[in-house]
Amino acid sequence: MYDVHEIRKDFPILSRQVNGKPLVYLDNGASAQKPQVVIDAVTRAYAEEYSNVHRGLHYLSNLATEKYEGVRGTIARFLGVADEEQIILNSGTTEGINMVAYGWAMPRMEAGDEIVLSVMEHHANIVPWHFLRERQGVQLKWVDVDSRGALDPQAVIDAIGPKTKLVAITHLSNVLGTVVDVKSIIDGAHAKGVPVLVDGSQAAVHMPLDLDALNPDFYAITGHKLYGPSGSGAIFVHRDRLAEMQPFMGGGDMIREVHKDQVIYNDAPMKFEAGTPGIVQTIGLGVALDYMMGLGMENIAAHEAVLRDYTRKRLDGLNWLSVQGTTDDKAAIFSFTMNGAAHAHDISTILDKKGVAVRAGQHCVGPLMDHMGVAATCRASFGLYNTEDEVDVLIDALELAHDLFG
Amino acid sequence: MAQPEFEEVVEDFAFLDDWEDRYRLVIEMGRDMEPLDEALKVPATKVDGCASQVWLHPRIEAGRFHFRGDSDAMIVRGLIAVLRKLYDGLPLGEVAKVDARAELGRLGLNDHLSAQRSNGLRAMIERIRTQAVEAA
Repeated sequence: MYDVHEIRKDFPILSRQVNGKPLVYLDNGASAQKPQVVIDAVTRAYAEEYSNVHRGLHYLSNLATEKYEGVRGTIARFLGVADEEQIILNSGTTEGINMVAYGWAMPRMEAGDEIVLSVMEHHANIVPWHFLRERQGVQLKWVDVDSRGALDPQAVIDAIGPKTKLVAITHLSNVLGTVVDVKSIIDGAHAKGVPVLVDGSQAAVHMPLDLDALNPDFYAITGHKLYGPSGSGAIFVHRDRLAEMQPFMGGGDMIREVHKDQVIYNDAPMKFEAGTPGIVQTIGLGVALDYMMGLGMENIAAHEAVLRDYTRKRLDGLNWLSVQGTTDDKAAIFSFTMNGAAHAHDISTILDKKGVAVRAGQHCVGPLMDHMGVAATCRASFGLYNTEDEVDVLIDALELAHDLFG
Repeated sequence: MAQPEFEEVVEDFAFLDDWEDRYRLVIEMGRDMEPLDEALKVPATKVDGCASQVWLHPRIEAGRFHFRGDSDAMIVRGLIAVLRKLYDGLPLGEVAKVDARAELGRLGLNDHLSAQRSNGLRAMIERIRTQAVEAA
């Protein structure tokens, strides 16, 4: 039994007020709040378990290393990956995708090669590929979404040509909530011999994953959206790609021997983890993932599906509101604009006064905004602790905004 | 010292004790304000540091500071209308002497002035002060 009211008690920040109103936190797509177990784990790590990892032979270093390295296995379990050496720990999706761009893509792409992307990619899955366009003449091929925000997997597969070296695609749109059929895309791309990078920043938060079955080449996640600390994250890199990838950053931990005329790298995954990592953040992420798995990813998904259906029904009743992203099986992420003169920032200002936190702006998806022909939207993105009552508060606040601006 | 018109605004706001009504009035002031010519919405008049788009177009006449402005956000348009009441028509030398924080505080709008607020009110005030100082 998924008791959301009990679950809310695990998140201390949810009981605070903002602007004199109970907080209604609907900005989970930007970053999620943290349960007490994560906050405690972070405090305990600093108070009792802290030292650098992989270095000292002393008690605390061993303890910190054990805690930190244990998270690799937790992430592997969370992602449905049997071989945890395919998990590279990092600071989040942005670092993960940049690592692939620099370490894997740059050395093997030349002018005229292509990367296939959808128009609804987050900037973290766009800008690193622009580096290759600017510096090496790589072409970016964009695949559109339809008016509901759906992405036809066949259109992505059809965009793959003889010069395509990579498909980089989101699993779940941070703005439209669209769930992408990445399985079909991966199978289709692999049939043409092309690897696929999946941006799993949003998907990992909202659905159970089985990457061994999905079989992507790269799958990036970010800890702060997974109810864990900011500055934590990971990327799954398939064994075959690990063997091809060069280190992105050099420094401690990723080397075995360093001489004046030679350097011998550590084995993967540590080969790709230079410098002192986010030790405590990573330990916190492990606890957050255990927390999510304790609730059950299927249960979280089921709860959020109820929220999605209820939110959709309530928003549909507001005929002065346009919702962007209307696929049936979307996640509980709703972007909307108010018909008329009100700007997304106007709306979010009024919602904030009512205690409702949403994001307003471009959501780091410039090409999608261009595609939809809007300058900015408001986005309400739900998480495992949100309730139908909170949807009602959102709707009331929107009605006030409409009254003020309409 | 702000413009006398501003004192009238202060009087209007004095009767409003909840934020909804104050916002309503700000939005109304924005609605009533004449829009800026599209031709004047150019990079030179655009104010950076605002989450929405904001343009301010100054005009110096007989040693006095005048300006028009516009935004694609209705609350920000309203705030520009408030700023016009505060600054428009002041002698150039007086503009920098206005304590904008204190004056807007009299309207109960100073929560817009914190550094984290992205509506750009601070950036607009900064632009107005700079333009007046440079023209003096």
